[in-house]
Amino acid sequence: MKPAIGDYIDGLRAMLPLLPGAVPFGMIAGAVAAEAKFGAAAGIGQSVLIYAGASQLAATQLVAEAAPALIIVLTGLVINLRFAMYSASLAPHFAGLTLRRRALLAYLMTDQSYALTVSRYGADGTADAATKARFYLGGGIAMWIVWLGATAAGFMLGSRVPPSWSLDFFVPLSFLALLVPGIRDRATATAAATGAIIAVVATSLAFNLGLFVAAACGIAAGYLAETWCKKKEDAR
Amino acid sequence: MSTAALWLTIVAIGIGTFVLRFSFIGLSGRMALPVAMTRALRFVPAAVLSAIILPAALRMPGGGIDPSLDNPRLIACLVAAGIAWMTKSVLATLAVGMGTLWLLQALL
Repeated sequence: MKPAIGDYIDGLRAMLPLLPGAVPFGMIAGAVAAEAKFGAAAGIGQSVLIYAGASQLAATQLVAEAAPALIIVLTGLVINLRFAMYSASLAPHFAGLTLRRRALLAYLMTDQSYALTVSRYGADGTADAATKARFYLGGGIAMWIVWLGATAAGFMLGSRVPPSWSLDFFVPLSFLALLVPGIRDRATATAAATGAIIAVVATSLAFNLGLFVAAACGIAAGYLAETWCKKKEDAR
Repeated sequence: MSTAALWLTIVAIGIGTFVLRFSFIGLSGRMALPVAMTRALRFVPAAVLSAIILPAALRMPGGGIDPSLDNPRLIACLVAAGIAWMTKSVLATLAVGMGTLWLLQALL
């Protein structure tokens, strides 16, 4: 039998190629927090407390725009709704582990750690929960360290950059880099197009509510498009 | 936003995010997500991200929206979207998008 440490190393090795991609995101999250006049503790602390790039970026941007706190919190959470989906998908793999272990696994959940674990163990029914958890942690802990380091570095650099550099533009750009590869079929494309158009039409709505209306319409449009495409396929 | 309100906001998002991550793992497979819900959740990233991107791309420095091709942010976003599509590289998307914006701001 392979020693337990081997599983951690396997997980780390699988995560290695994905770590460089997190560096620019983390640095931007730190830099825009510095620009939004977060103190160092809040700018870097949000990476520990929230530990989710897209939601940190969106929340920071809304803080800079002086949006109401409730709207900022809701926006940050809507973006992270996908974690509930990952959690549902990972739950059977980690069943039977202690509550503390599962809490740690949940805290370290990222798009990357989810994708790696599911693609490795999705079809493999032989590995036990402890092995899968070690694999997940090997990559997950590395990602956490990289994210924290990148945010701190970005924060220190960002506070020295003049506003004329339009650093805030990194926020939509990072989201583009996340969004575009995720558009894999007509249904996701419909969701994205609907969300974008409604968001622009609804910008005049108070309290950034336009974002929620747009997100809800986009999700509904994607869902309907998928249903419709499937029906068409079945009819063939 | 005051320092206390900022921390409260960050802590609230942090707790909420942990609850979302822990939800089903915490239940340890004793409950599954309804199929319709799983299907809908798949569209959350695309819908939310695009709803943040386009208004941010159209926003003018002074506030208000400019959906014309005179808007350097819109041009830069379109170029960056093309790069993201072709390369799937985060770094290339950021570098080309930001470079385009700086170039247009210097020219216009």
